[in-house]
Amino acid sequence: MYFPIKENNMKGCNKMSNIGRIHSFETFGAVDGPGIRFVIFMQGCNLKCKYCQNRDTWSCHGGLEYTVEELVAKIKRYINYILPSGGGVTISGGEPLLQLKFLINLFKELKKLKIPTAIDTSGNFDITNDMKEIISLTDLFLLDIKCINDKICKDLTGVSNKKELYFAKYLSSINKPMWIRQVLVPGITDKKEDLIELKRFISSLSSVEKIEILPYHDLGKFKWENLNLSYPLSNIRTANFDDVKRVKEILDLDI
Amino acid sequence: MDFKQWNGFKRDGEWTKEIDVRGFIQSNYTPYTGDSSFLCGATEKTKKLWNEVLELYKKERENGGVLDADCKTPSSINAYEAGYINKDLEEIVGLQTDKPLKRAIMPNGGIRIVEKSAESYGFKVDEQTEYIYHNLRKTHNDGVFQVYTPDIRAARSSHLLTGLPDGYGRGRIIGDYRRVALYGVDVLISEKKVDLEILNVDEFTEDVIRKREEIADQIKALEDLKKMALKYGFDISVPASNAKEAIQWLYFGYLGAVKDQNGAAMSIGRTSTFLDIYIQRDIDNGVLTEEQAQELMDHFVMKLRLVRFLRAPEYNALFSGDPVWVTESIGGMGVDGRTLVTKNSFRILNTLDTLGPAPEPNLTVLWSNNLPEGFKKYCADISIRTSSIQYENDDLMRITLGDDYGIACCVSAMRIGKQMQFFGARANLAKTLLYAINGGRDELSGKQIAPKFQPITSEYLNYDEVIEKFDVMMEYVAKIYIKALNAIHFMHDKYSYEALEMALHDRDENILRTMACGIAGLSVVADSLSAIKYARVKVIRDNTGLATDFEIEGDFPKYGNDDDRVDQIAVEIVKEFLRKLEKHQTYRHSKHTLSILTITSNVVYGKNTGNTPDGRKAGEPFGPGANPLHGRDSNGALAVMNTIAKLPYEYSEDGISFTFSITPGALGKDKDMRISNLVNMLDGYFKQTGHHINVNVFNRELLEDAMEHPENYPQLTIRVSGYAVNFIKLTREQQLDVIHRTIHERI
Repeated sequence: MYFPIKENNMKGCNKMSNIGRIHSFETFGAVDGPGIRFVIFMQGCNLKCKYCQNRDTWSCHGGLEYTVEELVAKIKRYINYILPSGGGVTISGGEPLLQLKFLINLFKELKKLKIPTAIDTSGNFDITNDMKEIISLTDLFLLDIKCINDKICKDLTGVSNKKELYFAKYLSSINKPMWIRQVLVPGITDKKEDLIELKRFISSLSSVEKIEILPYHDLGKFKWENLNLSYPLSNIRTANFDDVKRVKEILDLDI
Repeated sequence: MDFKQWNGFKRDGEWTKEIDVRGFIQSNYTPYTGDSSFLCGATEKTKKLWNEVLELYKKERENGGVLDADCKTPSSINAYEAGYINKDLEEIVGLQTDKPLKRAIMPNGGIRIVEKSAESYGFKVDEQTEYIYHNLRKTHNDGVFQVYTPDIRAARSSHLLTGLPDGYGRGRIIGDYRRVALYGVDVLISEKKVDLEILNVDEFTEDVIRKREEIADQIKALEDLKKMALKYGFDISVPASNAKEAIQWLYFGYLGAVKDQNGAAMSIGRTSTFLDIYIQRDIDNGVLTEEQAQELMDHFVMKLRLVRFLRAPEYNALFSGDPVWVTESIGGMGVDGRTLVTKNSFRILNTLDTLGPAPEPNLTVLWSNNLPEGFKKYCADISIRTSSIQYENDDLMRITLGDDYGIACCVSAMRIGKQMQFFGARANLAKTLLYAINGGRDELSGKQIAPKFQPITSEYLNYDEVIEKFDVMMEYVAKIYIKALNAIHFMHDKYSYEALEMALHDRDENILRTMACGIAGLSVVADSLSAIKYARVKVIRDNTGLATDFEIEGDFPKYGNDDDRVDQIAVEIVKEFLRKLEKHQTYRHSKHTLSILTITSNVVYGKNTGNTPDGRKAGEPFGPGANPLHGRDSNGALAVMNTIAKLPYEYSEDGISFTFSITPGALGKDKDMRISNLVNMLDGYFKQTGHHINVNVFNRELLEDAMEHPENYPQLTIRVSGYAVNFIKLTREQQLDVIHRTIHERI
């Protein structure tokens, strides 16, 4: 059940520096970084994760365009919630780093307002100079390691995990805080040997603040159906508390 | 004045020289800035007694919602013999009738309503009682309908004006029940006699005569209150001497009020910090333990949970689940900067643990950014676990109301003992907009309800034309609305005067009366006007030219997303409607105020309103209170809050209600995160000048299961617009409304 994709689908995606293509906002994000987060879901993605809960963010052509100024004005309306809570702005998606230049400009403005920044990414990118700049402007990375087993990763997301693992190592080398996340898909990302390998990889990193196991759910299924697409994981069950418990035990995490 | 019961109290200020409960509190209370670790659980006695109450609840449910009713004796302060749940276990005593959950009739409001209420639960009003009220004693309801004009009747029956208290008690008056405990009833009577003497004037005008009659009624009510307490073996003519007596005295004051009046909301005021002074004195004197203090509060709250009224099915459709609105205002800050949070603020919230969650009393936290952290966290913790607390912005209200106000009903703030309101339900502005389009004809019946004028005939609605006609129609609605309210409150004062509650107020000259008008359908109107302005709205008319449906071409900004293009339309409607109301003279020169609150009646209003230009279909519920319409908000909870916080409190001083529901998972990953996120959310919302918020934390599946298996959820409590309710007591329609309403969840 290989899911056909192209290695890099960045063609047509936004390269502009002052205009961002945005799928939607969540003004009260409580699970994407510390405190209360203003979450911006960017439009466009370079992966094709089968469990994707925001299938409608894949295309680079949907969404609405916002300038940096418009977005900053919007974010400012939430400072009373964000700052006292130790929260900030989290960019999610879609894949935020496809709109690198825009994010650099946005984060420069947010830094002026002393608003903490986070990016939720797969890290499936080369470390270019622009990438180094956005990393320096980002306070926290929520790094989704799709699967440490490259074969499974390719099957699940359509791409190899080589770049994302390197991305993690780079963040570690400059001591950039990160939360490692993995979606627990029963029968796919929960193999013991893979989890042991994941644990080994994470322990080699220096700046991991938190490891989050996100139980797979199918609440995003309707978005596939709305697009008249068949849901790739329809024969996979959702993860339950016991699954999470088992994985956390293997990873030596607090349950 | 001096009483031995006051030993140990500081005498600073004026409170020993005149009635001044606030002065007493300020001189004597102990602010508490710690956490909840001092709290005790329920005693064995409490558990036993509460189990007996739960048994009674069960019987009440099994009996179709009403356990028993006395349909012969019209209720009054001293109408019944003493009643008990279990005399040996009760620390605080007193019931509305001679038995727990046995309801009384109050025909002064209207005999037909009483008959209907009784019949709907399988009871029959005694023949002699019926004869008296049909032939000898006129009621409030009779009086109102004698004077109603045809335009008011038409507006009423077409649901342009809705929920008017012309067939039920107006309520929303808070007696200062603390006075009974602090001064004893004899002092209160002698003060009223002084007031009477002040009104011994040369010009014996209608106004003076009315006031003298009212004071005489108040004195009689206070005399009756003493007699009622004596039946329970207590002499409340003198002040309370300890914590137990203080709670008992105060409760007797409240009990007298709920025996005298079946008001739409019978709120208790701001009592917990006052009572803390007595509890603290007893603890300091070594005569009371923390466990006993909690027991007293538990037994007090149990009594408040037993208050019942016999109400008609129509009332239940508007305000479902048997609400009484025993609203208790907790916490807040003093004008001197000290917090008014005491240990007893914690104890009363702790009853949600010791006795389990419940809709009553309607626990209302007056939130300030300066509240002690320990208290904020405790409130958030309880909210997350019980969904039983509402929050109101103390930093906003303290500006005009000082630090001794309380909430009546849901969101109506009033200075305790110094202010009252004439409850005015609400005008349906969504329907008003449709009348503007249809030249005053009703969109459902086709009848001419408002004066005839040129309807809009164009195929597509033009914003300027709609606004111009809407303005004229609002003008008309404001006029008949005030006419109706003047009639209602004139007659209520005349035939169903709240003598005891007003006896626990200052003298008339010092009382601020408000004419509390309201708006239903605000978000529908805002979205409709936004659709007309930013999209294209095509009108579908029937063969008589009546606009019955609308087609929207294109998208438009929707209320609830912190988008000024539409939010400012809502702001302007609120301001403009108040200005229009203010053009009309009110009964007793009351001050015009406005609320944006629907309680559960958003379902009924929606049911009676046709298709609207925002795409809402005929019969679909409005958003509750100031909420956006279900599903229109797409930017998360804080965007909704920012929208609602824009509504100007200065123009809507009777309150702006927001009901918020979130799943535990969306609030945070673990308990500590959820608590801190909720605290920060509340801090932020109130900093943005939001006025009120109901906080619900639950999963949709839980509610769905409760609908299917109500027997498993006897105490499941949820907050709806301005009050809390037992979920299983809602009508099916309302249950579905709650479930469909936006529950903020993250996928």
